[in-house]
Amino acid sequence: MIEAGARAPDFSLPDQDGDTVSLKDLEGQYSVLAFFPAAFSPVCTDQLSVYEEVLPELRARDAAVYGISVDGAFALKAFQASIGTTIPLLSDFHPKGEVAQAYGVWVPERGVATRALVLIDPDLSVRWTYRPPSPLEIPGANLIFDALDAVAA
Amino acid sequence: MGEDDHVRGDGPLVVEYADLECPYCAKANLLLAELPVRRAFRHFPIVSKHPRARVLAHALEAAGLQGRFWEMHGSLLGDQGHLDDPHLWERCARLGLDVGRFDADRRSDAVAERVVRDFRSGVRAGVMTTPTLFVDGVAHPGIPDDSLLARLSG
Repeated sequence: MIEAGARAPDFSLPDQDGDTVSLKDLEGQYSVLAFFPAAFSPVCTDQLSVYEEVLPELRARDAAVYGISVDGAFALKAFQASIGTTIPLLSDFHPKGEVAQAYGVWVPERGVATRALVLIDPDLSVRWTYRPPSPLEIPGANLIFDALDAVAA
Repeated sequence: MGEDDHVRGDGPLVVEYADLECPYCAKANLLLAELPVRRAFRHFPIVSKHPRARVLAHALEAAGLQGRFWEMHGSLLGDQGHLDDPHLWERCARLGLDVGRFDADRRSDAVAERVVRDFRSGVRAGVMTTPTLFVDGVAHPGIPDDSLLARLSG
């Protein structure tokens, strides 16, 4: 997995509405990339639902969250609606998993990204990463706040 | 534990973070009700998933202000099919609450802040799903499993 201090690998992906989100769009804010294996799995549903609840607090700290999976944009649109989240969901569908590979979270035998968090600085370098021991283990929102606290310290 | 935590029962302490519209929380409530434990309830409404969760959390706090916290808690988790405002007023009437005061209290800033405080404490503790129970400082996400229930049954 990519390490803190590295330049964030460039990317350009369609979100759930087909609008392109690129790394350079994240300049000037803290960005959390939340890689998850698949839309509609009950585990990531809870993960993004809880992140949704803390968005106002994250926004107050100049931080935004983006979900990323290898699902197609239309599937992500349906997933976003089904869990009622406003978090943009980026589709790493074609070429499949290219961004997951660039960030070192690709699981080749399953063809998906593993669950992982990457905090990117306003100047587009990687500040912090977290990969749970198992993709079934959900990274708590507290980890994001702890990482932002460490930035401020 | 805070001074104003909602606590009842005697025995080992179980701190539970719950969402009143969550069916897993209703199930966990039935299981815990059988056990000789001291329960502390904290709000963890996940509104993106359960649109009425925050409204219900506020309603429960408002009932608590009239001394009927656990009665309303049992009422809401015991029937999650009737959660609209008229149903809440009906529940109030059944519990002998002053409905006008209930309606004012549940929309008050104090009640909203109370619920947010619980939610934030859960986030800080790493809660990511409901229910999540804490026993001896260890998190147990989801409906309590057989081994946890056996341990708590004394």
